[in-house]
Amino acid sequence: MQTKASPSGSAALPVAAAELTSVSRVYGTFAALRNVSASFSAGSCTVILGENGAGKSTLLRVLAGLISPTRGSVSIFGDSPQKNRGRIAYMSHAPMLYEELTALENLTYFASLHRDDQCACVGSPEMALRAVGLDPALTRTVSQYSQGMRQRASLARVLQTDPEVLLLDEPFSNLDVASAHQMVELLADFRTWPHHSGHARTILLTTHQAHLAEPLAETTLTMLNGQIANTKHRTSEPAA
Amino acid sequence: MDQGTLTSQRTATIAAPAWLRATAILWFIATVIVLLIGFRQALFTAPPDGELGDVQRIFYYHLPFAVLGMVFPYVNLVASLAFLYLRNRNPLKALTADALALASAQVSVLYVTLMLLTGMLYARPVWGIWWTWDARLTTAFILWLLYVSYLLTRKLAAPDQIAPLSAVLAVFAAVDIPIVYMSIRWWRTQHPAPIFGGAEGSGLAPSIWPPTLWNVAGWLMWGIFILCFRFAVERRNQIADQEHALQAIEASLHDHQG
Amino acid sequence: MKYLRFVLDHLRKDLRLEWRGRDAINGMLFFALLVVAIFSLAFDPTGYPTTTRQISGGVLWVAILFSSVTALNQAWTREIRNQVLDAQRMAPSPASSLFLGKALANLIFVLCVEAILAPIFIIFYNLHPLGNAWLFLLVMPLGTWALVVNGTFFAALGLRARNRELLLPLLLFPVSLPAILAMVQAASGILTNDIDAIQINLWIKQLAAYDIIFTTLCILLFETILHAE
Repeated sequence: MQTKASPSGSAALPVAAAELTSVSRVYGTFAALRNVSASFSAGSCTVILGENGAGKSTLLRVLAGLISPTRGSVSIFGDSPQKNRGRIAYMSHAPMLYEELTALENLTYFASLHRDDQCACVGSPEMALRAVGLDPALTRTVSQYSQGMRQRASLARVLQTDPEVLLLDEPFSNLDVASAHQMVELLADFRTWPHHSGHARTILLTTHQAHLAEPLAETTLTMLNGQIANTKHRTSEPAA
Repeated sequence: MDQGTLTSQRTATIAAPAWLRATAILWFIATVIVLLIGFRQALFTAPPDGELGDVQRIFYYHLPFAVLGMVFPYVNLVASLAFLYLRNRNPLKALTADALALASAQVSVLYVTLMLLTGMLYARPVWGIWWTWDARLTTAFILWLLYVSYLLTRKLAAPDQIAPLSAVLAVFAAVDIPIVYMSIRWWRTQHPAPIFGGAEGSGLAPSIWPPTLWNVAGWLMWGIFILCFRFAVERRNQIADQEHALQAIEASLHDHQG
Repeated sequence: MKYLRFVLDHLRKDLRLEWRGRDAINGMLFFALLVVAIFSLAFDPTGYPTTTRQISGGVLWVAILFSSVTALNQAWTREIRNQVLDAQRMAPSPASSLFLGKALANLIFVLCVEAILAPIFIIFYNLHPLGNAWLFLLVMPLGTWALVVNGTFFAALGLRARNRELLLPLLLFPVSLPAILAMVQAASGILTNDIDAIQINLWIKQLAAYDIIFTTLCILLFETILHAE
């Protein structure tokens, strides 16, 4: 059901974590993505900037396998996103949690969907909640959470599945500056967590607040009208 | 400017080639001729029925509609299954299958509607009532309902979901029809048999055959004609959509170069 | 076994959600009561016990059919809110387990409503079943499952459609017709004792066959409609 890459086999040739080959996505007569080709190597951290409607969200949803491209092809670890579901996690500006359940109930439920008998790689929901600074014992349901708490619970939901590719769509959209900085720190920290397979973690993040994501921006893509208008690599890589 | 000429070249390729056009016209003429022969046979050549008189002539139209109303849903099923199979393997061919599925569903609804109408016209003088809930009639009615709901789904569904959802629905409809037929027949036969059963099955006189066959052939040709016509229209729409999409994609490429 | 555990996880989640809100059950119950009340206005149940017996099988199923449609329409809205469905679609667990979990949850909701409705129905319509009333324990779950399994499926199918509240009955009723026929026949048969036991058994078997066929079909095709775009 779930394809696990062998840790030793792929070490020789670095296969791109995510790759888009002339991908276009058209809604009616509106082209959200136009002929986008990009490759994100494993372990990279990319910030995608752009105005509303520039195609950032569509790009992430295509990578997540939630929508298929009208033209072109997308691959995650050399295969379709649908075949790598356990290795990708996607977080959008909506919290993707049930309002009627508490954060812990939500997380426990989603963790159970990732259950895999072969490996015990799924982190515990309590740990994930603590990591984002939420109290697992909180009995309030998500409907009573503040925007910031929802966003953090949502982040905990994706982190607990121990993803290799993390796709974040506007994670700071509802946060104040302090919480956003916290989240950036957490994400920077997350990159250094060892993955059970030994693979490096790849992060793709969209935002229109460039300054917030600055610490994560190894590579910065700027999107305009459904295309990647500008690619900028950070020149001096600070040693980890 | 440049864009404009590019588009006009592309739309030229959508237009049907001349030989196809000629075939279509010839086919149409042949269809009309066969239908006219069938009409003459049914209304003038065939002798009036011994018991029913001239009313029986409706039968020459009712039977073709009934037979073909049961045939075109199969085309729909095959096209829908082909779509589901090809969807992730060859998306462009899958679109063709979807166009065929839509066209055959529309023809199915048309023929089943005609079958129900001619059936009612036939039933009124022969049985004394317009309608009865016997197995065949009920099944035909539910067949009609299913394909109308199929077409409605195609109207209401989100544009990018139409093809897969309607293909799934077609499979459901196809599985449902035999079950409907079996269960209703079983339901009806446990009650005393209706006095008007088995009117049609009781052996066809030789004089009935020619007009029946001419009409079945004619309406089959007519059905194939509108099926192909609808299919061509739908294909053209799909290609036009693709062109629009391509244009939308290319528009910005030109912007950037310029 | 692993698959079964996924189904149970989904089921537990849906039951918990319903327990927190209880919208579906309350709505269905009230709606079913209204249908029962309106039908009793259309004819006098206490005045004509024989007629009542003959048609109340149909009335009961009509009440259940319409009220379950109101709940089925809501079955997927919780998944849409907050884009939870995207998280579901990205989960590595099989898509059909999500469907089965939800269908089972809906089955439980509708059975709860039926359990409350049955005594009320008997009192209001002054019913004395002449046949073997225990058979209802077989007919009700089988018939309800037939409605709920297709209903859950078609509700998911119409999720992104315009007028999805309208679309569900349009799709569900024609496909369910053989099942409705079998349930109504079996229920009236039990109430009136008109048709003999072998035939009632046959209707029940037919209902079971319908359930098996359409459950299989739904499980096979659910992934297609969940990821249709």
